[in-house]
Amino acid sequence: MSTSQQPVFIAFQANNDTQPIIEAIQVDNPQAVLHEYPAMVKIDCPGRLVIKRSSIEERVGRDFDLREIQINLISMSGELDETDDEFILQWKCA
Amino acid sequence: MTVEIRTQGVKPLRHTFGHIARRFGEKPASRYQEATYDVQSEVNFHYKPLWDPEHDLYDRRRTAVVMKDWYALKDPRQYFYGSYTMARAKQQEAVDRQMDFADKRGLLRELPDSARLAIVSALVPLRHYEWGANMNLCHVAAYGWGTAITQAAVMGTMDRLGMAQHLSRIGLLVDGNTGDSLAQAKRHWTEDPAWQGLRRQMETLFVTRDWFELLVAQTLVADGLLYPLFFQKFDAWLASRHGPGPSTVLDFLMRWQDETARWVDAVVKTAAGESAENRALIQTWVIHWRSVMLPALAPLAQAMMGDEGAAALADVDAALGARLVKLGLTA
Repeated sequence: MSTSQQPVFIAFQANNDTQPIIEAIQVDNPQAVLHEYPAMVKIDCPGRLVIKRSSIEERVGRDFDLREIQINLISMSGELDETDDEFILQWKCA
Repeated sequence: MTVEIRTQGVKPLRHTFGHIARRFGEKPASRYQEATYDVQSEVNFHYKPLWDPEHDLYDRRRTAVVMKDWYALKDPRQYFYGSYTMARAKQQEAVDRQMDFADKRGLLRELPDSARLAIVSALVPLRHYEWGANMNLCHVAAYGWGTAITQAAVMGTMDRLGMAQHLSRIGLLVDGNTGDSLAQAKRHWTEDPAWQGLRRQMETLFVTRDWFELLVAQTLVADGLLYPLFFQKFDAWLASRHGPGPSTVLDFLMRWQDETARWVDAVVKTAAGESAENRALIQTWVIHWRSVMLPALAPLAQAMMGDEGAAALADVDAALGARLVKLGLTA
């Protein structure tokens, strides 16, 4: 499978619930670039961006269901792979 | 004419309170951080407590444990008023449904006499234990130092009243809402020889002044032994004889204990890890309270489960030992 370095992105509302999610993304994706807009945070990442349940749980101090991120999700680009533990955005064939 | 739509970003001058920014840096802080850190009053104690002239109104020296920063004892559940009440409201809803389920089907009411008797003599008296635990956590909340620990202790007090209420409701399910089981359970608590050891230790805890010792004795040692003994071992014992009916209303107590143990473990582990003196002190307390709680629970285990009681108690004690090792103490 060829992997592309084309950027993927995900955008969240900027609020108290998304803060730990954004922190977790920054730690798990060192290449991610954070853009702050009014009431929105957009995260760009070349090739592949992963959101890990365990990293978010570490920060919120409780069990976290990755589907909870949908509540504050504004937009995203990339092909999505979703499991109980990870939410992955990437371009699989480009 | 062309209309150009642009967004105007306005950067806030500051993201959080000054005292939070000084701890964590100038960035958005979580609500738990804002509701917890450096909230304890630390100065201007010019009104001296007449009831304790040796100390200030709030005073670090009310425990022998020494911490450089008392806010290191944070709650891994990150409970502040908002998140705590929401979590508990959700659980209460679920528990109400479970209770309703048990009530409608007469899961407890229609048990044979021997099983109902066992519930009234072994479980319902624990409402008095829970009330005692409420008192003890009140002491921690009142005399502790640092909002990180006192805030969690106050929530603990409310949890314990909730548990007492839960056990009372189990009594009412057994006696068909007459309240007889509650009166009977109180007689067990005050008169039944099997209960007197535990009652005696609870009353000793009421007069234990060091709030950290009290926290260790109540939430780590006493709860660490009692909860699994009653709500795992005795629950399994009941289920093997009378089916899973009682378990439907006992399950929540153990789940609550698992959640609370995360907080207790984090606090004890951090305090013991701070210095060799703290570790030695906590170790002494654990050894002492374990050595008095075990004999206090032994006659109860025997009364509840007969010959299987001693083995059950040994099991939960071994589990407590394993937990202590994880906290950096010796088993």
